[in-house]
Parts: sequence; structure tokens; C-alpha cells
Amino acid sequence: MQKTINLGRTAPARGKLRHQSQQRRDALAPARTAGFAPATGPASWLSGTALPALALALMALAGTHAPVQAQELLNVSYDPTRELYREVNAAFAQKWIADGHEEPQIETSHGGSGSQARSVIDGLNAQVVTLALASDIDKIAESGKLPEDWQSKLPHNSSPYTSTIVFLVREGNPKGLTDWGDLLNDGVEVITPNPKTSGGARWNYLAAWAWAEKNGQDPRQFVGDLYRHVPVLDTGARGATTTFAQRGIGDVLLAWENEAYLALEEIGEDQFDIVVPSVSVLAEPPVALVEANIANDDQRALATAYLDFLYSPEGQALAYKHFYRAWDDSAADPEDVARFPQLDLVGIDHFGGWKKAQPEHFGDGGIFDQIYTNKDTASN
Amino acid sequence: MLSKPLIQRTAMPGLGLSAGITLTMLSIVVLLPIGALLLQGAQFGLANIWDTVHRERVWAALFLSFRLAFLAALFNLVFGVLLAWVLVRYRFPGRRILDAAVDVPFALPTAVAGIALTALYAPNGALGSLAAQIGWKIAYTQWGIFLALVFVGLPFVTRTVQPVIEEIETEVEEASATLGATRFHTIRHVILPMLTPAALTGFALSLARAVGEYGSVIFIAGNIPLRTEIAPLLIVIQLEEFNYDAAGAIGIAMLVISFSMLLAINLIQIFTRRRIGHV
Amino acid sequence: MSDATSATIARAPQPRARFRNATEETPLARAVLIALAVGGLLLLIFAPLAVVFAEALAEGWGAAVASLGNRDARSAIQLTLLITALAVPLNAAFGIAAAWLITKFDFRGKAFLITLIDLPFSVSPVVAGLCIILLFGANSLIGGWLVAHGLPIVFAIPGIVLATVFVTFPFVARELIPVMIEQGRAEEEAALTLGASGWRIFLTVTLPNIRWALLYGTLLCTARAMGEFGAVAVVSGKIRGQTATMPITIEMLYNEYLSVAAFSMAALLTAFALLTLLLKTMLEIRHADQLAATRRH
Repeated sequence: MQKTINLGRTAPARGKLRHQSQQRRDALAPARTAGFAPATGPASWLSGTALPALALALMALAGTHAPVQAQELLNVSYDPTRELYREVNAAFAQKWIADGHEEPQIETSHGGSGSQARSVIDGLNAQVVTLALASDIDKIAESGKLPEDWQSKLPHNSSPYTSTIVFLVREGNPKGLTDWGDLLNDGVEVITPNPKTSGGARWNYLAAWAWAEKNGQDPRQFVGDLYRHVPVLDTGARGATTTFAQRGIGDVLLAWENEAYLALEEIGEDQFDIVVPSVSVLAEPPVALVEANIANDDQRALATAYLDFLYSPEGQALAYKHFYRAWDDSAADPEDVARFPQLDLVGIDHFGGWKKAQPEHFGDGGIFDQIYTNKDTASN
Repeated sequence: MLSKPLIQRTAMPGLGLSAGITLTMLSIVVLLPIGALLLQGAQFGLANIWDTVHRERVWAALFLSFRLAFLAALFNLVFGVLLAWVLVRYRFPGRRILDAAVDVPFALPTAVAGIALTALYAPNGALGSLAAQIGWKIAYTQWGIFLALVFVGLPFVTRTVQPVIEEIETEVEEASATLGATRFHTIRHVILPMLTPAALTGFALSLARAVGEYGSVIFIAGNIPLRTEIAPLLIVIQLEEFNYDAAGAIGIAMLVISFSMLLAINLIQIFTRRRIGHV
Repeated sequence: MSDATSATIARAPQPRARFRNATEETPLARAVLIALAVGGLLLLIFAPLAVVFAEALAEGWGAAVASLGNRDARSAIQLTLLITALAVPLNAAFGIAAAWLITKFDFRGKAFLITLIDLPFSVSPVVAGLCIILLFGANSLIGGWLVAHGLPIVFAIPGIVLATVFVTFPFVARELIPVMIEQGRAEEEAALTLGASGWRIFLTVTLPNIRWALLYGTLLCTARAMGEFGAVAVVSGKIRGQTATMPITIEMLYNEYLSVAAFSMAALLTAFALLTLLLKTMLEIRHADQLAATRRH
């Protein structure tokens, strides 16, 4: 009872029992005594192992990550390509073995395109990058891990497949949305991810911009109005799809064409329709070999063959199968090719390339940021 | 102040060992990495950090994060003490299940928690639809953020207060009752003061955790700039633009505010402890 | 007040009393408090938990169990267990040392030190990851040197351990400090005057007093270490089968529209945490006598 009342009571006998020299030594040399311990008794694990354990554990584990072997390959990619590369890796491995090589160990890593590029810059040991935006690979090039002219090394601006932005609407298109202009109708709620965090969302924005330009509207005004119809800005494409499909928020989802088809397939064809607007963008997700992370010639051969495989008829057929617009349909299932309607596609060159478009529209204080700060002053 | 030595001398053993382990671990795990962040900030320059932070949108996000984190921690303080009391003092069917459930917010990955909460409290969710009937929107508003922050901070107060309640001896309460105190008076003047240090600790931890929370909040927040955009999201946005400097600047701003708040709470706590201790 | 017969919910250690004990609340107050606690937890915890398990079992037990059997899932589970096994003992050792230092000695700057220990909580996990990258990334001084010597920290297991220790850093210490303050120093000082050595005092006097708090702290730390996502996501590199922990695998599976697999793994992770809680409960029951004894001495 007494104990609990005297909270934090100081020692009654303090001062009588002190051992000055001992005390000072301990106070002055904490680091020394930390490693040293009177290692007797069952509790010696505490002192004997605590700190060396940290060091040893880190060392030992670091040691298990031996230098990459020739037959290993890491492909650092972005979010919507998971299904595609799962099949590509399997198909390529078979082909590689059939060509008389050892079985390769191909790993993939997926995440937001920007953060994946950052990981590679910070030392993620990727031999191949397959990202959403050329500007992300440009950033890796700036760090010196691959040459500045990487985009000219492979055909079609190093983009083995392309995609575009379409509308996903609710079954039967109850709000009658057929083109970009309809999105500003009263009561229409638009779901798109945040262009600041999602590469795909930048294409959504640019597609709207391009349509406004081609239809005699002030693009800045149009895009600003469009984002006023957005009730939720998710950070990634998948989050936006979930908000739209499973939470029932919004009337239309602006989505990658391949994501829209995938959503139909996975979530339910009877719940949604795809609407193709009159104008959209030609999104070119590029691929590149990361020179600095190539350990030896064997690995270079493997990485080169992997990228070439993406351009082979077989690889292109897989891209078609996963709802990407590829280039070579010679080996593709005609049904996979036929589903893509023709539309007016605007490339990034129209916006002066990513080096110009990125800071102008999506940079700090860029046009996208102004939409919200202006809105605030306007509404006051 | 001058008369107080750096370390009060005492015969208690283990000063060197405990100080050694504490300081070494603190340095490797906390001080060095945070030092790296501050170094980055120092290279960026104080003026640039101020410019980055001193913008309407950043202020709005910081204010939102700290305000909602504070409210959530306050809710957790009250509810957490109540919960700890109920769990320790009462016996009723299902008590052990309740006890185990308190730790669930730690165990569930934050992203899973965010998805599950959003699924429940979205307008078409099981609980969200009920709320919607009375015109109460939870998901995609500040209520949603509050809810997610309450969730991630919930275990802290309960888990810090619980052991203290277990240590309280009935004799104290009996003495109080013998001296004529009502039950309410005993709780107010005897028990709550004993719980104060632990409860404040829990409050501080809950607050700190809520301020930095990202994974569970982004699913339920709506993320509309100036309205439902939290500060950690701004950091992620800067990182997406490869802008380590600006990301670091906002991170440092959050760090400084959180650190000051925690320091204030810890000082209050030490002060109250001293006051009670010397009664 | 004396309506004790309705007190079906009695305080455990006592047998059902004929008169309400002066140290108990009225039955009504008890009922209200219990209702509040149960109601709050139902809305905040059990409902989201039910969502997780419902999603996991949406296609039946078979599909849920099968989704956990493949190579990537097994490797994620192993990795998470390994990380936890490394991070938790480190934190426990730190927690005991820090709590001893803070509660057994008086020194200037104590509030500052406690605040430093709390600091990892106030750092957004994203920033925590960023800090580790800034310190140990390939472009940093230390990281560059380590990578050159074949000891990469970031995008390998050491980085994940470091991130995990970082985010769980205050758990054990913060759990122990209030209890050790409550205990005071009198018992240790008495032992000291009787000539006991430091280790003996710790083992025979302090440890029995703090063991429940230590257990709570370790269990919390374990649960949080297994579930950490934000900081680990930044430093892990997300390589399937190599550096993808369970939370990261959950996110990847969810993003692949593999909802059953994602929620099955989330349910398993939750089950791990509940298992540690179950362990605690069993220990409590087994040692109930001892517990009661220490409480009543």
C-alpha cells in the first residue's frame, strides 16, 4: 500500500551508500561497459549478446546476399504489369532453357512507377526496368546507371507495348457519358487517382487536356473543372478502381485500358461498361537495361534476351493477351487484337515530352497544384 | 539548477551497462538515421525548408494531421482507460477475447486495416450505410481519417494503463473507503492520479503514432487537397517527384512539431509524478 | 446500493459477495462501462476483423489455405518470422536497459531521453524508411562503402530488420517505465543493503515485478513487428520470394486482384498475433496463484 502511494519516491538511503569512484567510472565509460559484462548467471544473455547480436545479425544476413549470379535477373516494374510479367517470365524461361541455357531465376518487383525508379537509384539491384513513364527512367539515367540515350536503344521508343486511357462506367451507362465533355455534367462524379502519386493518373489528366484543346475549350479551365468533380483522389490506380468498383463511389473511372479490361474480367462484366472517348493519349511504358547493375557478360546476354523477347511475336502476343496495344500481332490471338477500337491518340510529344510536361503540369506549384489553390480562393 | 548534478549518485548498480545499451541502440536505430535526415535538411537550408513548408496546402495538411491526431488520441485516452479498467477489474463472458482484440490494430498491416475500415464505413458498407441514413458521411471525410487514427492508436493507452491497474492494491481503495470517501471520490482522487503517468504515456504514443500514420489513412481519407489531405501524403508526393529535399523538409517539420509535443507531455508527466511523489 | 444479488458480474478475486464491496462500482455503473467497452471494440476492431476473415473465406477454406501454400507465400511467412525473431529480442534488451536507466537513476535530461525513445513513433513510417535510405542507401557514404564490401543494408534483410526495430523501438521500454516507476526503488535498495549483486537484484527483485509488463511489451512489439508495412515497403525492394514480407505480399496480392490470397495472408498474420495473445492468457492462467500472491502481499 505504501509503495503505491509514494509514486516514484526517491531512495531513502541515497547518499549513504554511494561508491563514488565506481559510479564515476560507469558514468564516464558507458560504451565500454556496454560490451563488457559480468557474464555470470542466467541473465548474461542480456549484456553478452544484445549489442554484438545486432552487429552480427546484420553482418551474417548481409553475407547471405552474395553477389548476383549469372543466371539471376531482377525486373523492376510498375503496378499494372503484374499479370503480364508473371506470364512473360514463365514463357521466357522456357524459351531460354530451350535455347540450351541453364534455368534462369527471374524475379520481379512491382510498385508505383516513381518509387520503383527511386529504389533503383538508391541501389535496388535491377538489371532490367520496365516502368510507366520515360521520365522515371530518365531519372535513373541522371544517376548514371544507364546511358542518357537509352530510349533509342530499342524499337518504338523502347516501348514494346502501349496503352491508352478509357472510361469505365456503371452497367448500361446510366449517366450517358460518351466523351470527355460529358464528365462536367451536373452531378457526375469522376474517380481518378492523384496525378502527383500515380503515373497513370498523369495520362488521365493529359488526355482530358488534349480533348479540350481539340474541341476549342480552354484546357486549363476544363481540367480544373474536371477535378472539381472528383470526390476521392486515391494514390494509385488500383485504389481508384476499388473505390469505384467496390465502394460504389462515382459515376465514371478514368483508367488504363488494360486495367479497365482487367477490372471487367476480375470484378464482373455485368457491372461495368467500357466507354472509349473520341480523344485519348498514347501511353508508352518504356523498358531499359540498367548498365550499372550488369554483373558480367552472361547476365548481359540474359537481360538483353529478356528485353528482346518482349518484342518477339510471342512476347507481343502476351502483351495483347493482357490488354496492351502491342506492335506485332503475327502470333497474337485475333480476338485479343480486335477488341481495341480505333481512336485519336495523342502522344507525349504533343506536350513537349516528359521533360517539359512533368514540371509544367505536375511539378511543385505546377498547373495541377494551382487547380486546388485557385479553387480555394475562388470559393471564398 | 546549478546545484543539480548531471547524474545523482546512487549505489544502484547497472548504470554503465544500461546507459551503454540504451545509448548504443538509440544511436544506431534512431539518432543516426534521423541525423541523416537532418543533415539532408541542413544542406537544403533553413530558408528553403521554410519556403517548402510555408505554403497554404502544406499548412492545411499539417494542421489537419495534428488536429485529428490530437482528437483521436484524446478519444483513445478516455476509451483506453475505460477499457483497461473493464478488462482488469471485471469478469464477464468474452473478457479474454476482448483483451486479445485490443492488440489487433498492431497486428493488422495498416493497409489491410485501411481497406477493411473503408469497406465498412463507405456509403455502401455495412456500417457506412447506416450512418448515411442519418446523413452522416464517414469514409472520404475527416471522420474517416479520425476513425482510422483512433484505430491505429487504440492499443496504446489500454496497454500502458493495464499493468498499472493490475499493480494497484485493493488496500488503497479500502483505506479510502474506510475514511469515508465515496466510490467516485476514490476513483477521482486516488485511482486516476495513480494512472496518470501511464495514461499520459499512452496518450503521447497514440498521438505520435497517429500523426505519422499513412497506410491506413490514405484508403479512407479521400485525399482532396486542403480538405482531407494528410501531411504524410505530401511527403510521398514529394518523393514521387524525386524531390528528397522537399520531402525531407516536410518530414523535418513534422518531426520538430511531434518532438516538441512529446517533450512537453513527458515534462508534464515528470512534473506530475514529482508532485504526487512529494505529497 | 445493497442490491448485491444482481451483481452477476463480480470482481474476480473475490467470491460473490452478499454486500457490495466498498471498492466496487455499482452494478449499473459496471454494466454501462462494460457495454461501452464492448460496443467500442465491436465497431472499431471486431467489425474490420470480420471483414478480413470474411474476405479470406469468400471462396471457402480450401481456397484460403491453398493460397498460402505456394513458394512466394511460404517465403514471405518465413521472412516475417525471421525478421520478428531478430527485431523483438533486440528491442526487449533495449527496453529493459532503458527502463532501468530511466527509473533507477536520477539525471538531467531524462524527459529528453524519454522523448528520444518515443521519437520513432512520431516519425511517419515513410520518413523512417527515407531516413534509412539516406543513411545506408547506395548513394550515401556509409551505404556506398558497405555495398562495395558486399554488405548491402538497404533492399536486403538487414535494412528490413533495422526498419522494424525502428518502428517498434519504444514498445518494451514504454511498457516497463510506468510499472517500474510505480514499483519505486525501495525493494531494490533493500536488496542492495543486504549485499545482493546487480544481476541478482534484477533477477530476483525487479524481474518478478515487471514480468507481466515485459511480456505485454514483448507481445506488442511482436505483433507490430510482424505487421509493419510503411517503413519496410521503402527499404525492402519488394522482390517476390526474397525481400517481400507478409504485409508487402498482402499488398502485392491485393493489387493483383487476388483478394482471397491477400486476405488469407492478412488473416494468418492476425492469427499469429492472436496466438501470442493466447500464449499470454495461458501463462496468466497457469500462474494465477503466483499473480494473486504478488498482488496481495
